[in-house]
Amino acid sequence: MKTSGKPTSSMRRQNNPMTPLLEVNNLTMDFGGLRAIDTLDVEIHQGEIVALIGPNGAGKTTFFNCITGIYKPTQGDILVHPDQDTTIRLNGLKPNHVTRKGLARTFQNIRLFSSMTVLENVMIGCHPVTKTGILGAFFRGPSTRDEEQFIVDKSYGILQKIGLEKYVDELAVNLPYGAQRRLEIARALATNPFLLLLDEPAAGMNPRETQELDELIIRLRDEEGISILLIEHDMKLVMSLSDRIVVVDYGKKIAQGTPEEIRNNPLVIKAYLGEDIDA
Amino acid sequence: MKLTDELKKSTLAALWFMFLTFPLLVIRVNTVTDTVEWRWSNMAFIGAGTFFMSIVWRYMIRKKNKGKSQASQDRASALRRFFEQKQNQIMALSILGIFTLAFPHIFSMYQTNIMISALIYVMLGLGLNIVIGLAGLLDLGYVAFYAVGAYSYALLNLHFGLTFWFALPLGGLLAFIFGIILGYPVLRLRGDYLAIVTLGFGEIIRLVLENWSDFSNGPAGIPNIPKPSLFGMDLSLQAHTVYLFYIIVGLVIFTIFFINRLQHSRIGRAWVALKDDEIACQAMGIDKANTKLRAFALGAMWAGMGGVVFAAKTTFINPASFTIWESVIILCTVVLGGMGSITGVITGALLLILLPEYFRAFAEYRMICFGSVLVLMMVFKPGGIIENVRKTYKFNAQAK
Repeated sequence: MKTSGKPTSSMRRQNNPMTPLLEVNNLTMDFGGLRAIDTLDVEIHQGEIVALIGPNGAGKTTFFNCITGIYKPTQGDILVHPDQDTTIRLNGLKPNHVTRKGLARTFQNIRLFSSMTVLENVMIGCHPVTKTGILGAFFRGPSTRDEEQFIVDKSYGILQKIGLEKYVDELAVNLPYGAQRRLEIARALATNPFLLLLDEPAAGMNPRETQELDELIIRLRDEEGISILLIEHDMKLVMSLSDRIVVVDYGKKIAQGTPEEIRNNPLVIKAYLGEDIDA
Repeated sequence: MKLTDELKKSTLAALWFMFLTFPLLVIRVNTVTDTVEWRWSNMAFIGAGTFFMSIVWRYMIRKKNKGKSQASQDRASALRRFFEQKQNQIMALSILGIFTLAFPHIFSMYQTNIMISALIYVMLGLGLNIVIGLAGLLDLGYVAFYAVGAYSYALLNLHFGLTFWFALPLGGLLAFIFGIILGYPVLRLRGDYLAIVTLGFGEIIRLVLENWSDFSNGPAGIPNIPKPSLFGMDLSLQAHTVYLFYIIVGLVIFTIFFINRLQHSRIGRAWVALKDDEIACQAMGIDKANTKLRAFALGAMWAGMGGVVFAAKTTFINPASFTIWESVIILCTVVLGGMGSITGVITGALLLILLPEYFRAFAEYRMICFGSVLVLMMVFKPGGIIENVRKTYKFNAQAK
């Protein structure tokens, strides 16, 4: 497997425990009187795979939506450090600007561009790294043509990497379910992210597809140097994949640690299974 | 078994319609002689007609549910393959080109004039296609920008003596600016809300033109708009018409070229993506507001240029030419022709404008035909006459 894309994404950054890649401090999100996220702190370091788990309605997707700019958090800071000396505050940025900063996401309920082909879906992901405007498109000079070819080649390269190249001219809506989920990842990769946010990437997948996904995510981390934050309910996948797990319940962080620590944490067991499990 | 079932249902439909139309079509009271006339033959016609229509309807629905037949699919793909070959393309285009060039010389001036109107609608349809077909913004006030274009030529000419060739880009530009002014606050709305606001805007423009007499001369309109001149030559009426025909043909070709390029560019793809899913689109780094605004304003620009040509063609404009009905017609050309498909929209516009002209004899039934065609299309071919096909790309595969 050959790695491609911008050199920045293929170079593994130095793992420095002092400055995390993503730093979320004291994040709070209120909807009217409902506090969906309550003073949540999360850190993700370069090259880490972090899983965010919790019972239904715990605020996991809300957390994603806050980071990616779909919601504006009531309180708290969302900071990214693309390198050691740079700090970018994401609060209040629109989703498209967040993506341009290097955070890409997938969606829990698949949101592909259904009337477009698989290749075109990935091509859309190249939007933030290209710049042809209306006049450029009209005159279609050499630079525009080169850029077009760059988009096509890059998109096809990503499809090859994800293993979707056989569907290249298929309409996205006609793909099998598991392939649609992978296409969402491919599309997100086209934006050249350093942090990938995956919202339930294995939902609805069969065991074999889940296994392939597991390998894919590890490969993205190892070969592309992309850090990953994922929400997932498939505990087997979470346990085998993550370096660290953050557990939320009612918008609060109730535990954090390695898979082993989380597995044996009484608070987590209580949150998932109810009060009297050990009685 | 199935057949008798269908027959039974059609018979029931026929009986029901006979019952419904009974008071209107069968009984006639003659108030002078105080007699009642029973026209039973009408009832028979209604019954037979409904029965026949119902049978056809059911047959078509059944056929549709069965999916496209292999034969028709083969025919469609054979046609597509035929046009994919370069030499066939060139041949078809040159035949079309020669026909277009010869058109005003073969046919009468009346025909040429009709063709000019039809081509104006082709241009408008293609412009609206950017807004609706590509970006998915339902704009029911498109005619407002058409009016802006027409009035900018009329007024600029009246006050400053600007000629057609100056007014054409200026009218487009003014409409473009209007598109931005309107689009900026409105485009955060979605779907039906956007449709209603644009509908309102279209009416506002018309009402302003109608009531602000000092500015636009009110309902009396602006007469004596000059036709485009050719290097200051004195042209006869006939020559003017021919000249205008070539101008609009040129503009349509320019429009096709422009939209074709745009459609297969980064911007065009962003529009289609925006139509499919706004949230995902933003998550891919696309500026929603900016992208929508571009589509809206570009569409408006084409309406503006169409308006300038319209003013030059009719030499007289008044607000009555820019009613909501015009917007609806343009919308129908896009929807019937095939959203997002350039050939589709052209076909739709030509059919929708030319057919009513050539079937003037049936003018009374125009609305009935129009309505039923719309219903039938939506049931049997919702993608339009010529559906849009996504482009496939050539890529340099990387060695694995």
